[in-house]
Amino acid sequence: MLRMSTRTDCSLQEAVIIRTSAIALALISVGFFITLLGHNPFSVYLSMAEGAFGSAYRITETIRKAVPLIIVSLGISLAFRLRFWNIGAEGQIMMGAFGATFCALNFQSLPSYILLPLMGFASILCGGIWGAVPAYFRAAFRTNETIFTLMMNYIALKIITYLQYGPWKDPGALGFPKIPVFTENAVLPSFFGLHVGWTIALLLVIIIHIFVNHTQRGYEINVVGESENTGRYAGINVRFIIIYTIFLSGGLCGLAGMIEASGVNRTLSVEITRGVGYTAIITSWLSSLRAPAIIIVCILFASMIQGGTFIQMAFQIPQSAAQILQGMILFFVLGSEFFIKYKLSIIRESRIEAKD
Amino acid sequence: MDISFFAAAVVAGTPLLYAILGELLTEKSGQLNLGVEGMMLMGAVTGFRAAIATGNPHLALIAAMSAGGLGALIFAILTVSLRANQVVSGLTLTIFGSGFASFMGQGLMGEIIPSGMKLYFSDFKIPLLGDIPILGQVFFNQGILVYTGYILTIIAGLYIYRTQTGLNLQAVGENTSAADAAGINVSFYKYVHVIAGGLLCGLAGAYLSLVYIPSWQENVTAGRGWIAVALVIFCKWNPYRVMIGAFLFGGLDIIGFRLQKFDFNISQYIIDLLPYVVTIIILIIVSIRKSHSGSAPASLGVSYFREER
Repeated sequence: MLRMSTRTDCSLQEAVIIRTSAIALALISVGFFITLLGHNPFSVYLSMAEGAFGSAYRITETIRKAVPLIIVSLGISLAFRLRFWNIGAEGQIMMGAFGATFCALNFQSLPSYILLPLMGFASILCGGIWGAVPAYFRAAFRTNETIFTLMMNYIALKIITYLQYGPWKDPGALGFPKIPVFTENAVLPSFFGLHVGWTIALLLVIIIHIFVNHTQRGYEINVVGESENTGRYAGINVRFIIIYTIFLSGGLCGLAGMIEASGVNRTLSVEITRGVGYTAIITSWLSSLRAPAIIIVCILFASMIQGGTFIQMAFQIPQSAAQILQGMILFFVLGSEFFIKYKLSIIRESRIEAKD
Repeated sequence: MDISFFAAAVVAGTPLLYAILGELLTEKSGQLNLGVEGMMLMGAVTGFRAAIATGNPHLALIAAMSAGGLGALIFAILTVSLRANQVVSGLTLTIFGSGFASFMGQGLMGEIIPSGMKLYFSDFKIPLLGDIPILGQVFFNQGILVYTGYILTIIAGLYIYRTQTGLNLQAVGENTSAADAAGINVSFYKYVHVIAGGLLCGLAGAYLSLVYIPSWQENVTAGRGWIAVALVIFCKWNPYRVMIGAFLFGGLDIIGFRLQKFDFNISQYIIDLLPYVVTIIILIIVSIRKSHSGSAPASLGVSYFREER
């Protein structure tokens, strides 16, 4: 008979081994699926890796895709630490990009060293408010934040669509519904071959890591996340912590939106997020909400996305295969956590009876 | 507003009805499955593919339900057997389901449903009931799947409140360890109802792709799965209230389209916001009033481990 018991002795090394084998199992199962489609899984995975890291250009592209993923994962991990299920990152990215675009279109005459920080500030403010509204209701009335934040995604999407097809439509685009391209002073400068966003992402990883582990606020977030009551008894203003943290969470997502709009697209469109808000849920959970691990996991996922576009060309496998692969990896990792938390042991029936 | 609007609201509300019923059954067992949107998408695409391949409406519906059930099975293995975090598992199911749908939906754009199947799903009048003025036209002059929805709602209500298994189910959701001590096979109840919920969500998706739209489009659910999760709260986990929630939101879903005729000078995109904004408002109102009623199953979302009390 199988007996299950809680274990506390799982070392970091064991945990890493369990998670890695879960990812391997996911790759194997998707490999079977690829075989069913009539392709050789090894060559598909190999060309995926080649598509992501095969040349300097491809590596740059992979990092370009990793940048928003890292920043948004940092934001989501802050919220998840509070057990606040913020799945509104998509909307927060869009509203951040909205704030940045508003500045870029309206203050074109400003020099870039004033305009860019202004755009960054506006994006953090807009993304932060988009997160803080559900956070307020959760803090005050325990309103379900999962659905609230998700509904805010659709609202943001409709607002951007409205702007793109209505008031912000580029008059110079011959009726084509697009928002005007930013002027040169509203575009992020490049730094070692890629827009400066990657440096911002790295700095943010360090800042958030220190914030969560070595500041009083960060400690309070961890306490409230473990138990709101404990936080209350310890004299922490729980409401404030929730709203404050989710403002930061949304603000980080908003900043990612500004970086995408300014550094990559040079304009705002309804496709600005490319699903990053959802993918980042997976990456932040896989990183156990730890900032340094987020870099590694996000680069891995960015390489899957980048490699996914490559296998579409090479094997005519739809790009969405990469999304299935990501889902599978998280399924397996979620399942594997059982073996980190619990221990299974086989015991003979007779011994149970003897015990009784 | 004419009667046809209300009849159309019932049609638009039917996919929601199935999805809400499915999620309600799931949540009654104490499992919070946020993968509704994903299971609906899996059902929608699988049903559509099966419809084109076989031309048989029953096979198409069965295929759609199996797809939804399969998604739910993954969720059940993760959350019931392996005690994974329910919120994250559900979110993953939604992400996986939308990937699955866009993968399987490749090349389905522009395909049409066989005409024989359209006939099968088309409206017919129920004798007697259909002759009631107004109500008859709104509720009893509909397609087969709308009627199935009414029947399933009543069955679900009778099952949950009037049968022994239904009462056991409520016990599992309310106080898992007490149910376990009373000799109820907790895991079995959870598995069965999570999968039943998945079957219904698959059916909800099939209704969208086969009857409501009826053609294939990317992201055909457009957030309806999430609205369904919210409406379970609105319905206070009471199956009889599901119809009110579903048809109310069916109405909100189509009101923008209807208002266009009147030339209100409001952008279509702003009117499209209505279902989402109203969902939020409902969530807020329910949560403000919840402080003294508390109707959610008490063990909702909590993993159960016998030795951990």
